Amino acid sequence: MTTTELPSQQGGVLARHQAALNEGRFLIQRCGSCSRAVYFPRELCPHCGHGELAWVQPAGTGTVYAVTTVRRKPEAGGDFNVSLIDLDEGVRLMSRVEGVPSSEVRIGQRVTARVVQQGGQGVVVFDPVASEGARA
Amino acid sequence: MNELKALRGSAAIAGVATFGCGEAPGYSDMELLANAARAAVADAGLKMSDIDGLCTASGGATMWAMPVVEYLGIRPSYIDSTMIGGSSFIAHLLPAMQALQSGQCNAVLVCYGSAQRSATFGRREVVASRRFLDPQPYESPYEPMQPLSAYALAASRHMHDFGTTRRQLAEVAVAARAWAQRNPEAFMREPLSIDDVLGARMVCDPLTVRDSCLVTDGGGAYVLVRADRARDLPRTPVYVLGNGTAVWNRQISSMHDLTVTAARDSGRAAFAMAGLAPKDIDVVQLYDAFTINVLLFLEDLGFCAKGEGGAFVEGGAIGPGGRLPVNTNGGGLSCVHPGMYGIFALIEAVRQLRGDGGERQVAGVKTAIAHGNGGTLSSQSTAVLGLAETL
Repeated sequence: MTTTELPSQQGGVLARHQAALNEGRFLIQRCGSCSRAVYFPRELCPHCGHGELAWVQPAGTGTVYAVTTVRRKPEAGGDFNVSLIDLDEGVRLMSRVEGVPSSEVRIGQRVTARVVQQGGQGVVVFDPVASEGARA
Repeated sequence: MNELKALRGSAAIAGVATFGCGEAPGYSDMELLANAARAAVADAGLKMSDIDGLCTASGGATMWAMPVVEYLGIRPSYIDSTMIGGSSFIAHLLPAMQALQSGQCNAVLVCYGSAQRSATFGRREVVASRRFLDPQPYESPYEPMQPLSAYALAASRHMHDFGTTRRQLAEVAVAARAWAQRNPEAFMREPLSIDDVLGARMVCDPLTVRDSCLVTDGGGAYVLVRADRARDLPRTPVYVLGNGTAVWNRQISSMHDLTVTAARDSGRAAFAMAGLAPKDIDVVQLYDAFTINVLLFLEDLGFCAKGEGGAFVEGGAIGPGGRLPVNTNGGGLSCVHPGMYGIFALIEAVRQLRGDGGERQVAGVKTAIAHGNGGTLSSQSTAVLGLAETL
């Protein structure tokens, strides 16, 4: 995980994080004081209260922590996955695992991040790690 | 904590009421609230003009206390409109006890009403408006069907970590229905079997529609007064022995461990204030928005060890005649759930303590727990209640 330059967008961390995603870059934060990883992005560290958090690019690898399949009628787009992913840096986020049917996504499964453009906005999704044989 | 312990039993619930539970077509939120409020004040043997403290919250209106004050025609010297979801009306207890003890007010009305089932402003509109009014920008791109998806995620983790089964979750729904069959106020009273729950429409794996709470209309209210005054009022006083509230997160993705809720802290605080332990509790009312809630709260409140909730509820153990009576009105799963259920859990605890439970009355109830949950396992508030002999 290496420190990266600030996304060019002005304003708060929500806008900066989104601007990076819109450019295809997924960034998390690391506290300049306690060094812990922080996600979702904040203006202060939720662990120690420090005000300076650096943007860092995560390795992108993680593990499925919890999983559900939201059932939806086929005409509305069909069932889809919602998962919580623990990044290797030690933070958790909501996302979805793509590339396999949602019913095949398992807790503990290794996944890797990918930024997709969805409705004009960058969004982080995850794919099963290919070496573990789950890739479609 | 010593000062909180001094508040133990300092206030009592003197009146309770519900109104329009189930379907109340043509009623507004305020009308349901007002009818419940009027009936609760009458139940306490008071007049609306005696009410000088107000606690209320709304799932929609952010300034809800003001229209309620206006509608009821009261001039409260104490107002608490803390809104932390469905647990709010249990979390309102401790600040109200402090206000009563300080003399800031003398009779607090806690009240809620929602026409969620019959309202024309439906789920689609609520979801759309919340994107702007209450944004969760790090979750909404993934379109979780909230609140259901959050609880489904928690259930998935509980099953993974502890081997909890869908059949054990179904036990919770079946027990709730068995209680509801003994409660004429309950909305769903037809028989429900484990297989019915397992075969019900899946909504968010592993939760089916029968693992999920009702969407009903309803109003609920209670009146809290100082203990010395409660003894002069007509109904059996139900003393507040302890109350604790805890919030650790809002979003499910920010929850540290999906199998451990802030009920661990709220319960610990409430039991410490009460000087009681789970083994001392006769009836348990838990906010069962989804079946997984009951397992989590039984564990976090200390009725069983972490991970053993599934085994604890097996074999009808929390239903009528079981080892621990839980959600004796039928709960949010089978009795009533108009957006926020917490006040109804507390009202059922009071009814059991008074012996007003009719066919569902548990014999010899002297202590009860009412536990509220809010958001997506986000807020937790626990109340320990008891009769005079527990003071």
